[in-house]
Formats: sequence, C-alpha cells, structure tokens
Amino acid sequence: MYGDTSIQKPIKIAEPTSAEQARLEEIFQQKIDDDIKIEPQEWMPAAYRKTLVRQMSQHAHSEVIGMQPEGNWLTRAPTLRRKVILLAKIQDEGGHGLYIYSAAETLGTSRAEMIEQLQNGKAKYSSIFNYPALTWADMGTIGWLVDGAAITNQVALSRGSYGPYSRAMIRICKEESFHQRQGYELLLTLSKGTKEQKEMLQESVNRFWWPSLMMFGPNDANSPHSAQSMKWKIKKKSNDQLRQEFIDATVPQAEFLGITLPDPDLKWNEERGHYDYGAIDWEEFGNVINGNGPCNKQRIANHIKAHEDGAWVREAAAAYAEKQQKKQVA
Amino acid sequence: MTKQTTEKEWPLWEVFIRSKAGLDHKHCGSVHASDAEIALESARDVYTRRSEGISIWVVPSNAITASKPEDKESLFEPADDKIYRHPTFYDIPKGAGKM
Amino acid sequence: MTELNKVNALVQYAAQIGDNGLIIGHRMSEWCFRAPSIEMEMALMNCALDLIGQARELYSYAGKAGGEGKKEDDFAYLRDEQDFRNLLLAEVPNGDWGDTIVRLFFMSAYNKLFFTALAKSTDAELAAIGAKSLKEVTYHLRFSSEWLIRLGDGTEESHRRAQKSVDDLWAYTGELFTMTDAENLLLEDGISVDVTALKAGWDELVSQILDQATLSVPANNWAQSGSKSEGRHTEHFGYIITDMQYMQRRYPGCEW
Repeated sequence: MYGDTSIQKPIKIAEPTSAEQARLEEIFQQKIDDDIKIEPQEWMPAAYRKTLVRQMSQHAHSEVIGMQPEGNWLTRAPTLRRKVILLAKIQDEGGHGLYIYSAAETLGTSRAEMIEQLQNGKAKYSSIFNYPALTWADMGTIGWLVDGAAITNQVALSRGSYGPYSRAMIRICKEESFHQRQGYELLLTLSKGTKEQKEMLQESVNRFWWPSLMMFGPNDANSPHSAQSMKWKIKKKSNDQLRQEFIDATVPQAEFLGITLPDPDLKWNEERGHYDYGAIDWEEFGNVINGNGPCNKQRIANHIKAHEDGAWVREAAAAYAEKQQKKQVA
Repeated sequence: MTKQTTEKEWPLWEVFIRSKAGLDHKHCGSVHASDAEIALESARDVYTRRSEGISIWVVPSNAITASKPEDKESLFEPADDKIYRHPTFYDIPKGAGKM
Repeated sequence: MTELNKVNALVQYAAQIGDNGLIIGHRMSEWCFRAPSIEMEMALMNCALDLIGQARELYSYAGKAGGEGKKEDDFAYLRDEQDFRNLLLAEVPNGDWGDTIVRLFFMSAYNKLFFTALAKSTDAELAAIGAKSLKEVTYHLRFSSEWLIRLGDGTEESHRRAQKSVDDLWAYTGELFTMTDAENLLLEDGISVDVTALKAGWDELVSQILDQATLSVPANNWAQSGSKSEGRHTEHFGYIITDMQYMQRRYPGCEW
C-alpha cells in the first residue's frame, strides 16, 4: 500500500497554505536548532533542498574533476610505491564523488541531471582543479594543500544538518585522512633531496598556495548565501573562519618542510592568536570560476568525451538487462 | 547537447554490507547499475576497498517500502510509555540472585 | 649474453610474470577519468592496483633471488625496452571499452589457470604469490566475463564492437602458451608452470563465455609473438616505457 514511497524520492505533498507553511518551517528550524538531522523524505523548505543540491552536486563534481590533474601523473609516478598510492588516492576521489552524488540523489535530483549541469556549465566545481598539475611535486602539494583545505572544509560539513550528506562526509573524512599525509610525506622526501628536488617543491608550493586559499570561497562580507546556510546548519563555519584555521595549521608545516609561502604579509599576530595574511586576488578567482582558468575547457571536454565514449557501453548493459527481464517473464 | 538527454539512466540500487561475521548488514550507500550482478560488483568495488565487508546485499531502490515521516508520531510514539517492557522496570532484591 | 642457469632463470621468470602485471596495470590506469561510469572506473582501478601489486611482489622476489640487491623499482624503471618480457597482449593500447574488457578477459582467463598452477610451484615464494594473486584474478575474470556477456548480447552496436575486439586481439593470445628457455629449465624442478598445458582449459573457458556472449571464436589462429621470448615488442611499448621511466631517467639516483 505504501509501495510508491521510494526512499530515494521525496514524497509529493500538496502545497501547504501559507499558515501551514509557516508552521512547517518553524518545526523544521526547531529541529535544526536542536541538532536533529534532516532525513530525505521529511518536509524541508524548497530553498533548503535547492541549496543542498547545489552544494552537494558542486562538491561531487569537484571530486570527479579533481581526478584529472592527478590522473595526469599516474603513468609517470617515479616509483611503484608512489604509483599505487596515487592510484588509490585518485580512486578514492571517484568514490567520494559517488558517495556525494548518492547523497544528493536522495533529494530527488538524479546523477544524470547533475552531470548534465556540469557539462553544460550550469553547475560549478572547485576552482582549484582548473589549475594544471605540471610537476611531480604537484602530486605532493595537491595532497598537502588542496586536500588539506578540503579536509578543513569537510570536517565542518560532516556536522551539517542533512543526514545523508553528513554521513557521506564522515565516511569521506575517514578515508581522506591518508590523502594529506601521503602528500606531505612526498614533499618531505623532496625537501631532503637534491637541489633540483627542493626547487621543484618550492616552485610547486608557489603555484598552489593562493589557489588553495581561494578554495574556501569569497570573504564572508561577499558571500551572499552564507548567513542562510549557517542558519540551516548546511554550513557550520564561515569561509573566513575555515580559511584561517587552514592557514594556522599549515604555516608550521611549511616551516618544517623548510620552504617559504609566497605571501610577504604572512606573519603571526600575537594579539589575535592567528596568522595574518595578504590580500587574495579575487579577480583571478572570479575568472577561474567563470571559465577562464588554465584548464577549465580541457577538464569539461575530457568529462564530456568520457561520457559520450561510454554511451554505447551503458546502452549495451541496459539492453542486456531488458532482454534478461523479458526472458524471465516469458 | 550530449547523448545523455535521451539516454535512460541505469537504475539505482541500495547497498547493505555485513562488516564481519555475526553482525547485521548495514546500509552504506547506493550505486547505479544496469542489473543485479553489475550492482553487486560495483558495490564491491566502491564500498569494500578498505576491507569493510564480508557480505553484500544490493536491493533496487524502488523495491524498498519506507514508512512516512508524517506517520512518525502514530507509528513510534505509542511505544514510548510502555516502560514495563524493559527489564529495569522491575525491582528484584539482590538476594534473589542474577536474573 | 650470460648463459642461462637456475638462478638467472628464476630472476627472469619472476620478473617476466611481474612485467605482465605492471604493463597491463599501467594500461588500466590509463582509463583514469575516462571510463563509462564512476562505478566502472572504480572497478578498473581496483584491477590496476591488484596487477601492479602483483608486479611489485614478483619484482621484489626477482631481486632477492638474483642476490644483487635489486629492488622492485630497478626492474620497473631501470631496465630497457627489450628487457621487459611481458606478453604482447598486455601492452597493446586500451582501445575502446570493448577492447579493454576483451583484453582483461583473455588475460584473466589465462591468469586464473596460470596462478592456480603457480600456487603449486615447488618454489614456496612463487607458490605464495600464486595463491594470493589467484584470488585477485578470479574477480577480474568474473568482472570481465560479465561485461563481455553484456557487450556481446547487448545492442547491435555493442555486439559488433565486441566481436571486432575479440577478432583484433585474438592474434595475441597464442603467445600466452609459449615457453621460454628459462621456463623450460625451471620446469625440470617443478618451479615454473607448463603453460602449454593451460591451452585446452583456456580454450574451453573462453569459448564458453564467448558463446554466452553470442560471440564467435575467431577462425584465424595466426599468433603474434616475440615479446615474451626475445623482448621484441609492439611499436606502442616504447611510449609506455618513456612515460613510466621519465622521472627516474631524468633525475637519476633520487629518492621519491
């Protein structure tokens, strides 16, 4: 009798009247305030659903597109140990994309729709993946800085209000703990190596430092959706808070590596108990987000090509399944 | 723009994993797969990379019947005051031994 | 050329089995961000990790058996093209998903029989590697068989493509059952596997799955060979090595 209620599809409820709407919203906000997780079928404001789908699909796309810069070095990894580590790490990213797509699908948007929006440019992904991976040191820097920034973000997200997203984040954080460590270990090896290796390390960090800081998004003053997302506990900490946490944790690690970070204004502020840092080039950020990064076109073209090249394969499996079903019925 | 607009997406399957002998299968996520065998293999390839499982169930998502959130009060709250179903409800003197 | 003895034959043998794992694993890793779905991508990467893992164990053992202190990376990164003795089947380019599945299927069917036999080797280390690898390739065989069946018995297009892949790659399967001098020498002590004896089982396994996939077994039995016995590769192989060894060649003697 209730067979129509899939756990993956939101139940269609008749549009509530405005008084009813207000009551539902109140109950909803109460749950959020009481730290009760929201689960797929429950009533939620349309804007909450929309914000989550946007954020989760962006997040999933970032994981999937993020496979490309590292994938660029898979066949050139300098040792077999590094090769399997890199392969396992990139594989994790695919897995994490999949976990998040799965979680987003509980809100009634299919993976196919999300992928279409990625390919036609309606959905974004993290700007960092539009920068190229040019040297082997980048494999370390991506792990240390890019994954480090992502983890800072994701730990906060794992405490978010939407159940499936929060559960996916917990799993992802657990798995990703090796990602940053392997990157840092790789860089440590370079830091103890030849002059050329040390130069390779410094040059890579010089390229990735600022884009990593941009990963946390615009300054709080320029982040229009933030207040509502914080109220809904989709976001638990502001962009600037997370950025500061990341910088505070990272500067001593850079010192340990014996490298400099490319920011002359970076210094410890005793009074604040935090590092001060220089102004971020938001014009560059805007450009990269809006399609003018060094690799935007290439990343999406690769994604579309893989998708199109695979169409006959997906169709074949679907056709086979249909034939088998018919055989069973007959 | 691309073929996907006409392509029908593979169905969604829910994945349940038994992490070790003696424990229940537990829901851990979903995969898209054309049929049960592919779903099982995908579940293995996606969700057991770190020795998380020794047994997998995959179930078509649309085969699951779920209770409705709005029925929560009528389905589950009536159990809350039946405290006599719990052993701690009863006072048994220590002298009676372990019970 | 140094004369073949039981020590260098064992080194050659372990390395040669390892070469298959490394090269086919390398090919599978080239699918990164190119597979038809994320799930399938995950599957290929699992296969690649298994295969490269096998190579690492075999190279380490080859180094140990040789007694010259060679490590796994010496085998992967510091040998020249002709020193690699993988099967040609392992090195041909990935092609489309059909080619990749057919290659993995042919190879896994062979590996299943091969590692079953290697698990009974009189050399305890090879036997242990064989037993462990067998579990991995059994899954590869399952995965590739199921996919081959779906491609063969899917749409008209997939059937046509799968049959073409089978026909194109068939010429590389003959080499699977050839013996090198090292293998023959080690066979006397029950260390190596007599791969000529695996052919009947392979034919049966392959024709059974091809039949289920509504595909036909090619009639042309001309076999390309030369890599396993002499290190004579396809034109594609040089590029694999160029890519793979770039860092070690450009920055010799560094730690990574």
